[in-house]
Amino acid sequence: MIESILLTEIFILVLAVFIGFDLIAKVPPTLHTPLMSGANAISGITILGALLVAGRDEGTVGVVLGFLAVVLATINVVGGFMVTDRMLRMFRKGPANTK
Amino acid sequence: MDDFDFPLVINAVYLLAAVLFFLGLKQLGSPATARNGNRIAALGMLIAVMVTLLDRGILRFEIIVAGVIVGAAIGAVFARSIQMTAMPQLVAIFNGFGGAGSAVVAAAEFYRLADAGADVPIDVSVTIMLGTLVGLVTFSGSVIAFAKLQELIGGRPITFPLQKPVSAIIFLAIVALIVFLVAEADLNAYYALIAICLLLGILLVIPIGGADMPVVISLLNSYSGLAAAMAGFALGNVMLIIAGSLVGAAGLILTQIMIKAMNRSLVNVLFGAFGAQTSSVATAGTADDKVVREATAEDAAVAMAYSQTAVFVPGYGLAVARAQHQLKELGELLESRGVDVRYAIHPVAGRMPGHMNVLLAEADVPYDKLFDLDEINDRFPDTDFVIVVGANDVVNPAARDEEGSPIYGMPILEADKSRQVLVLKRSMNPGFAGLDNELFYKENTMMLFGDAQDSLVKLIAEIKEL
Repeated sequence: MIESILLTEIFILVLAVFIGFDLIAKVPPTLHTPLMSGANAISGITILGALLVAGRDEGTVGVVLGFLAVVLATINVVGGFMVTDRMLRMFRKGPANTK
Repeated sequence: MDDFDFPLVINAVYLLAAVLFFLGLKQLGSPATARNGNRIAALGMLIAVMVTLLDRGILRFEIIVAGVIVGAAIGAVFARSIQMTAMPQLVAIFNGFGGAGSAVVAAAEFYRLADAGADVPIDVSVTIMLGTLVGLVTFSGSVIAFAKLQELIGGRPITFPLQKPVSAIIFLAIVALIVFLVAEADLNAYYALIAICLLLGILLVIPIGGADMPVVISLLNSYSGLAAAMAGFALGNVMLIIAGSLVGAAGLILTQIMIKAMNRSLVNVLFGAFGAQTSSVATAGTADDKVVREATAEDAAVAMAYSQTAVFVPGYGLAVARAQHQLKELGELLESRGVDVRYAIHPVAGRMPGHMNVLLAEADVPYDKLFDLDEINDRFPDTDFVIVVGANDVVNPAARDEEGSPIYGMPILEADKSRQVLVLKRSMNPGFAGLDNELFYKENTMMLFGDAQDSLVKLIAEIKEL
């Protein structure tokens, strides 16, 4: 049973990698920085793991590690999405829609 | 509510969140929809977080709430206050936080399982170790990249004797430790693993020079995703695996694009210590017999103002001098005089992929005035005036003409083919690669020395007086 779960997970990994390759390969160079910081924010998904760890009621070490993980991952998620938005707000096409 | 199927609901919502991530990334691929794409991805994250809180394993919320408040505050302050010129550092350090987060999750899982003393399935223990490894390497590597970009330590590659053998031994030690830890969950061995993984991250990034940073940041981005995916395997959480591998793949593609733009191999970037050689060899024989034509701002302004087509070539020096606003002002001034102005952006100009594009966007230059290598190179022979602002290696003709040159084969912006070139540069110091640049000695090249921002202000003032 464990093997079949693992295999399914590997399956998911491989498919997600292919989708990732496909989605990114076509992005124009002008968007590479926001794309990277957006992807960076998504890698903060580890916050889910951090929540599960921090929410367990198990000993001091667990609590400290859980808190640390939540802080680190939240910085990554909140900071990442916010700064990406700040960058993208500046991108404009010209000169048709300038003031 | 007793028969409410939590795992089923959670996984169904995860599926929705995954779809939002895919859609978000897809929309991030086009300037018109990018901002919306980022929001969609953020929404995906939000609902994934919310539904995870339903997990029955979560018994207490104080720690979570406290952690989220602290983390969100720090992240928001960073995101709001950072200068656009410092974006590479910010992305580097965020990568580091993500990697560290995954490593801590893996560590917490290790403690829990070691504490319980139960039999741990081999795939779980292996992925805990890999999550620790990749996460910590991402963390310490990102901290070094940040320090280099922030100029806390020198940007030049730092090398020491036997660097490669030492790194190889460390790597083997990590493999041995992981094998041991999988067999026996020993705390001291785990501490050793933590220390040695951090050391590996430092050793991997320290020999890499500033101009290769676009590759390093892309790669660390990929690692931070991989670390999350590994933590996902350890916890059996599908969402972590999907999002983590998505980011892992994205970072890898960007790495590939950057390497191609430099005509290098990944091995060469990571272990070549490019730019470590001193410049004496490259310049020794050439300094005497070549003349540099130094221009005044006035000469340059006249030539520029009466041209029909102009191309701006910005490089890292633009970011250092924070001169993007002045460059844009000069561009608009020329346009108001009827000059056709374009910006030529080399893929590895600056310190991260797309660095120049973000700076120019901040200065409110529309992105359809920015042109990639392939789009602009054919136009240089018909261009009257090229202004190179703080760029060097990306316009060095040696990459095209001199087979022995270390940068030979790297695609360049062929500014040397235009009718007249103005180079704004701090001094005659060679660029990052430590190479002399033939372009600076060409008959139709003018040099204007000084801080790029000051020089641009002078040029603008001169043109206004014409």
